[in-house]
Amino acid sequence: MRWLSRLFEFVGKVGFFSLQVLVDTLRPPFEFAQFSRQLTEVGNRSLALIIVSGFALGAVMTLHTRSTLVTFGATAMIPAVQAVSFFVEIGPLVAGLLLAGRVGSGIGAVLANMRASEQIDAIESLSIDSFRFLVVPRVLACVIALPFLTLFMDFAGLIGGFLSEVLSSHIAPALYLNRAFDYLQWSNFIAPTLKTAVFGFIIGSVSSYFGYTTDKGAQGVGEAATNSVVVSSLLIIVADVLLIKCIFFLFPDTAI
Amino acid sequence: MIANHSAAVEFKRVMKSFGAKRVLSDVSFQIGQGQALCLLGRSGTGKSVTLKLIMALMRPDSGEVWVDQDNVVGMGEHQLSLVRKKLGYLFQDAALFDSLTLYENLALPLSRLTKKSKDEIDDVVRRVLTDVGLGTDSAKYPSALSGGMRKRAGLARALVLEPKILLADEPSSGLDRITASEIDELLLRRKTEHGTALIIVTHDVHGARRTADRVAVLDKGNLVAFGSVDEVSQSENDVARRLITE
Repeated sequence: MRWLSRLFEFVGKVGFFSLQVLVDTLRPPFEFAQFSRQLTEVGNRSLALIIVSGFALGAVMTLHTRSTLVTFGATAMIPAVQAVSFFVEIGPLVAGLLLAGRVGSGIGAVLANMRASEQIDAIESLSIDSFRFLVVPRVLACVIALPFLTLFMDFAGLIGGFLSEVLSSHIAPALYLNRAFDYLQWSNFIAPTLKTAVFGFIIGSVSSYFGYTTDKGAQGVGEAATNSVVVSSLLIIVADVLLIKCIFFLFPDTAI
Repeated sequence: MIANHSAAVEFKRVMKSFGAKRVLSDVSFQIGQGQALCLLGRSGTGKSVTLKLIMALMRPDSGEVWVDQDNVVGMGEHQLSLVRKKLGYLFQDAALFDSLTLYENLALPLSRLTKKSKDEIDDVVRRVLTDVGLGTDSAKYPSALSGGMRKRAGLARALVLEPKILLADEPSSGLDRITASEIDELLLRRKTEHGTALIIVTHDVHGARRTADRVAVLDKGNLVAFGSVDEVSQSENDVARRLITE
């Protein structure tokens, strides 16, 4: 039972921490310079990883899909399967998990290192609210950047799939795009992309929590980085299930 | 919360524990404006905690901590931010912000806490960096600085807001004797030329002899000796006497 009480304690602490992020996000003064710096760190510096991963995943998926659909004589469906699966689920989820790995570990490690090396105390000693200065801009950057990164992942996946299909079947670009977007509706595209803002909030707040609240010195840096990735990845997958149910409820057509 | 005295910092019966471990036990002392106090003691006896209590980065379990004319215990964040403007803090490893250049490290408090223009901030940062001998290093990041340079940069950041009271946590630790002496010289100049009160945590008895008007010795959370260097060197407490003479 002890683990259960520790679990509830942890959930409560992270929940309260996240609530404080939400409150401080809406309360001036706003840390625009810090936000801009973090947006570059989270967005620009993750772009290459997202595009390359999306492209490779798109190509591989098409190869697998082709080998299966050939059996049923349904290779004409490859572009549609590729587009729907990427835009609806694979793009948002994989972009979220990749960002949890790259950015989540970074946020956890940087903040834990700042705690261990007394940089957070130094910020407080300068009469600067360290939470608003360090945590809020990071969470906000993750929330804003992830939907855009997801779009890059979706389109990179589509291009990867297209090139793979061209090499296999020499399909014309116009025909591929036509078939790809035939089954895709706006609701398939907007809601899943926007749900990644929630993933971004999870990554930012969970990673910041582990980094900002550590009290284990240098050892805490490694722990914060690992815990940030593990817990935020797990929460993203759980949140995905809940968000899909919400999307189905709000857009019943997408559930068909 | 206005005190009727002219002490720069005063502790009144301060207690602080971490879990079951008592770090400070009923500690009381005061230091006047423009004076220098060196805090000596073996490792883990609560010296750095004392500085953090003054800066209100930690709260005591009981007792009062007066800074200038305010008891910082129980103060709200807004009031604390006003008190902290009177304080400068040189951290043990300087605690410079890794992601900012030396110039940005010093400009940050000026841009946040004063109404100075960009040009005025430029002037102040360059003057303070020149004072500590880092005038040509303003574009460097902390990772590119040596240990002594980092300490001087940390001191520059602590001084950039012209504090009335400067707290220094082991300013000479990890430095060779010459560099340590240069740091002591900078601290001493601050005291004599600007009337800044100094509270210095140190293991360097030579430095303490040069800079301190008063010496306080902490042992197992208790203040076991307080007075001038000569007085403490004749203390009845064995730890205090050995720390200052050996």
